[in-house]
Amino acid sequence: MSFLFKRNQPGFLKKPGKMTDTNLLTTITIVVFLVMYLCAIVFLKEGFLKPQTMLNLISTNSYLIILACGMSLVMITGGIDISVGGVTALVSMCCAVYLENNGGSVPVAILMSVGIGLAFGLVQGFLVAYLDIQPFIVTLAGMFFARGMTTIVNANPINVTSNESFMSLKDTRIIIPLLGSTTKKGKYIPATIEIGVIVALVIVAVLFVMLKWSKLGRSFYAVGGNRQSALMLGINVRRTTFISHVLCGLLAGIGGFVYFMHIGSGSPAHASGAEMNAIASSIIGGTMLTGGVGNIIGTLFGVLSLVLIQNIVSSIGLDQAWWTGITIAAMLCIFLIIQSIIIAHRKKANKAAGAA
Amino acid sequence: MRDKAILEMRGIYKSFPGVKALQNVDFTLCAGEIHALMGENGAGKSTLIKVLTGVHIKDEGKISIRTKDGQEQEVQIHSPQEAQRNGISTVYQEISLCPNLSVAENIFLGRGDSAFVSWKKMNKRAGELLQNLGIGVKPTDQLASCSIAVQQMVAIARAVDMECRVLILDEPTSSLDDSEVAKLFKLMRDLKSRGVGIIFVTHFLDQVYEVCDKITVLRDGTLVGEYEIETLPRVQLVSKMLGKELDDMADIKEDVPEFKATDELPVYEGKGLCSSEGISPFDFHIRRGEVNGFTGLLGSGRSECVRTIFGADKVTGGTVKMNGKTVKINKPKDAMKNGIGYLPEDRKRDGIVGDLSVRDNIILALQVKTGFFKPFSKAKATEFANEYIKLLEIKTASVNTPIKSLSGGNQQKVILARWLLTNPEYLILDEPTRGIDVGTKIAIQKLVLKLASEGMSVTFISSETDEMLRTCSRLLVMRDRKLVGELTGSQLTQNTIMNTIAGGDKNAE
Amino acid sequence: MPSKMPSQPKTSFWARLFSHQIVIPILALLLLAIFNLISDPTFFSITLGHNSSGNAVLSGNLISIIDSGSELAILAIGMTLVTAASGGQDISVGAAIAIAGSAMVRVLCGGESSPTELKAPIIVAFLIGVAVAMFFGAFNGTLVAYFKIQPMVATLILFTAGRSIAAWINNNELPIVPGEDFKVFGGYIPGIPIPAPFLIAIVCFIVTWLIMKFTNLGLYVQSVGVNEKTSRLNGLNPELIKLMTYVFLGVCVAVAALIKVSRISSINYSVIAKDIEMDAILAVALGGNALGGGKFSIGASVLGAYVIQFLTTTLYKLEVSAVALPAYKAVVVIILVVLSAPTVREKLSRLGKKLRPDKHGAEASKA
Repeated sequence: MSFLFKRNQPGFLKKPGKMTDTNLLTTITIVVFLVMYLCAIVFLKEGFLKPQTMLNLISTNSYLIILACGMSLVMITGGIDISVGGVTALVSMCCAVYLENNGGSVPVAILMSVGIGLAFGLVQGFLVAYLDIQPFIVTLAGMFFARGMTTIVNANPINVTSNESFMSLKDTRIIIPLLGSTTKKGKYIPATIEIGVIVALVIVAVLFVMLKWSKLGRSFYAVGGNRQSALMLGINVRRTTFISHVLCGLLAGIGGFVYFMHIGSGSPAHASGAEMNAIASSIIGGTMLTGGVGNIIGTLFGVLSLVLIQNIVSSIGLDQAWWTGITIAAMLCIFLIIQSIIIAHRKKANKAAGAA
Repeated sequence: MRDKAILEMRGIYKSFPGVKALQNVDFTLCAGEIHALMGENGAGKSTLIKVLTGVHIKDEGKISIRTKDGQEQEVQIHSPQEAQRNGISTVYQEISLCPNLSVAENIFLGRGDSAFVSWKKMNKRAGELLQNLGIGVKPTDQLASCSIAVQQMVAIARAVDMECRVLILDEPTSSLDDSEVAKLFKLMRDLKSRGVGIIFVTHFLDQVYEVCDKITVLRDGTLVGEYEIETLPRVQLVSKMLGKELDDMADIKEDVPEFKATDELPVYEGKGLCSSEGISPFDFHIRRGEVNGFTGLLGSGRSECVRTIFGADKVTGGTVKMNGKTVKINKPKDAMKNGIGYLPEDRKRDGIVGDLSVRDNIILALQVKTGFFKPFSKAKATEFANEYIKLLEIKTASVNTPIKSLSGGNQQKVILARWLLTNPEYLILDEPTRGIDVGTKIAIQKLVLKLASEGMSVTFISSETDEMLRTCSRLLVMRDRKLVGELTGSQLTQNTIMNTIAGGDKNAE
Repeated sequence: MPSKMPSQPKTSFWARLFSHQIVIPILALLLLAIFNLISDPTFFSITLGHNSSGNAVLSGNLISIIDSGSELAILAIGMTLVTAASGGQDISVGAAIAIAGSAMVRVLCGGESSPTELKAPIIVAFLIGVAVAMFFGAFNGTLVAYFKIQPMVATLILFTAGRSIAAWINNNELPIVPGEDFKVFGGYIPGIPIPAPFLIAIVCFIVTWLIMKFTNLGLYVQSVGVNEKTSRLNGLNPELIKLMTYVFLGVCVAVAALIKVSRISSINYSVIAKDIEMDAILAVALGGNALGGGKFSIGASVLGAYVIQFLTTTLYKLEVSAVALPAYKAVVVIILVVLSAPTVREKLSRLGKKLRPDKHGAEASKA
């Protein structure tokens, strides 16, 4: 980050100066999250002290973590995928129809979800990587296609109530030791999370390892940093872009099933705006739109920040629906401008270094 | 193959549609030498390099290298990767590394077979390599946080670690300061002592004489010759690059239109001008009806000077007077309002608006000058366009033809027409004759003289000195981004120009 | 020395035909018309009847197409300019319509949920709506032009927040605008049997045409879209011009909002102008305008907008439900962008060359 400071700066500035963009942005996100959480505990007290409050938030939004992870992969390579919300809705609708009306089995539903996601990823990835079409246009069409297909599969909301094995899966809770709370009557209530959270955390861990230590992961960064250079350094740029979209589609499929597992129904209105939340989480989590910078841990905290701020907004009494949209957009706007300023500074610093 | 030679190119031919870029060029590089490849724009040096690195495929000829075990072997190079496998690595002027990754990653990215990265091992190896080469940077630093010079050196480190035996440095010093250049040279000498052959492409003569052992000069796609550095004085090098033998030059001087300085104030007068593109502050003036020019080798800063005058780059200092009145020129529109026109050096990037018609391209500048609310009618615009198409003999199917489908010379005439239409008091032409046919070249030079005789002031820049001698009555000489001399009257000969460019003696008598 | 520039490749008949932008929407229109003619000849019948307020009005599929396609046509005008100048699209137009419409309703109803009379003249409400829409246009434009954020991502912010802001303006109530006067813009002007939205769209088109004729907007926008560097060197201010196109789109948004709100004399924040951004982008693409910026034809885009409405109406006729429409349109979009992708075009032209090897081979050897 030396571009924020002059070269040869005094010692105390040297440390942030040597930080990579990725680490700096991730740090900003985590600090912002912690500060917000502390503020919430101090000023709003009720609820925020109980771990279960946060755990519920994470349970409700585990699908968003998964979607945002996929989004981060695509964004790190310099693309974008706005079809993930549509895919989520399509997946949950297909699963609902299959499980409720056709009495299907859960494993097949899971395979179906993954298959739908993968199909979207493959087609979109091919169009973007091998035909050089703008990712935004391709995935915009993908989003509308998915939304339209959802209503074609079934135009009305459908609740899954009769499928026993699914219901038991849906109601499964995992108890986390030590975080339980005791009610006024002295009854101990254990802290619990849904299965989706485990899935999300496993995905976060796997992707974190992949991005940090695998050759493929580093190729994502290289392609996002500078496509031309990546090519010169011997990386297959097209294939890397393609894989990022396929993975994002795959994760959208998994995320869709996790969403379905939480909500237990299918509806064309499901997961509306999820793609925007996923993009916002990624950006807040320090992924740069221009590519090459980002971190899965940052994305995780991006989702948590987003969820937290929504919760804060509702607990200070602004519970009207519109505040959510406005606060998310405001956060998105601020973080976008921060990124834009960082890029401008870097350009200036590089120029100054060149002219000096 | 010569004894110590590690790379030999023989009889290389390469042509592009309409251009013979390389004709029967030979090039030999020995182990442990730094070999300068010199030539003006279009001489073919970048084509030669691209043939060597597999970006272009040669039409004819033979490339041989000496393998690690001392065997001589002919190679076919079809891609940059293949070149690297054969031990040929290139470091470009534009850094081709990923700025968002760490130094160590940039050295090792895209290499090796393992699917996983061991950071500890990688950083350790990178640390050793950097220390070994004396590059003072930590392997974990982000590349973007390093200076350009360090980035260049990291690129070199990558090449060295890939066991390159031929290292090509393509204008690596153009954005470095003196101390950074010194560091780079130290590294180059170090590599030389390890037996690496280095091909050094630069336009800084001082640097060639500081660090190189041999010079190969190309001109117009053909080989001029290979010289030991001691046997080729600067002036001769310049004359070989420009293609004029020193002795011949005395007679070439043609009838320069004698310009009589009048007492009236200069049309344009700038003092202490400088811009964000790193030009040393310079003074400049031009009088009514005068034709002058900036000369110097490519990259000497002549284009940057006129861009500063026109406000095309960010102007960082200086005062400007037009006809005695102080004016502010910070952006192109200011210059246009003050009656200055500017034909840029890079026609495709800065000159044409490719998809628009010839008519729109011609009227663009005048239209901007007249203002947003005063558009010409289509008939009027067509009339203007036709007038200049006729005047400048522009060959186009119609005024509606997109300019990008015209030939280079005709595109240039369209841009010239654009500025003539604004009826400027002062016209700057940066390389108006580059890459166009001979007929058009002469037509443009004649036009410049005609305009001057009608009272227009013109600054004319060209890589071809005889064109400038034919048109200019005063030449400002640039070297290494500094204005180093001003030549008028009897000083206007090829000899003096070359001496001044080469930085021989200051008094060019 | 380059002795002679390589001769221009001979353009084929089709290539030359398709180089005229307006051909694409006309062709699409013909295709749809023929399809409908075959499947249901009565599709084109127009009848003269009377509406509930006793005005003589025309009705029929064609009339409903020119009626309900009007907002899209108006948006397409602004979207074309934005696309041409900034090489990207504004995806917040639907949300911006909600905001502008909400502002108008708020002014007209003065904050009451069902007032008995208009609280402000319609023109005042409209002008405030225009001002609000221009403000948000300027917001988008600033992010794109000065902060250099990709247009689609920059407008994502307003896309996310827009409908929430719209709800907030009216305190999440759905006020009903009283009186018949306000209904005129989305209905019929007494005495004229043609739908008012279509007339408004025509007025907008004529105004834009006049602006193009009496200012240099067209030249400047194209120049900036094609080559920003050259434009700057010719005295233009590319940032300002990009910003201007977004503000102009804001005006279009406000007019479209007036029609949308007038149609139902109220507003539904989450439904009004939903998915219209997709259609607007599609209209621009169908009009043959390069989505990467540069040359444009507003007439072609407007025609494109009506073609999309034609397609929508046709799909309705085939009993495709309204909510499933996006899926079909998405397929059309993908086909369009795939066909216009440079990589695909190159491959197609190479295929074309293979089919006629003699001609090109001869040319190549000459050069």
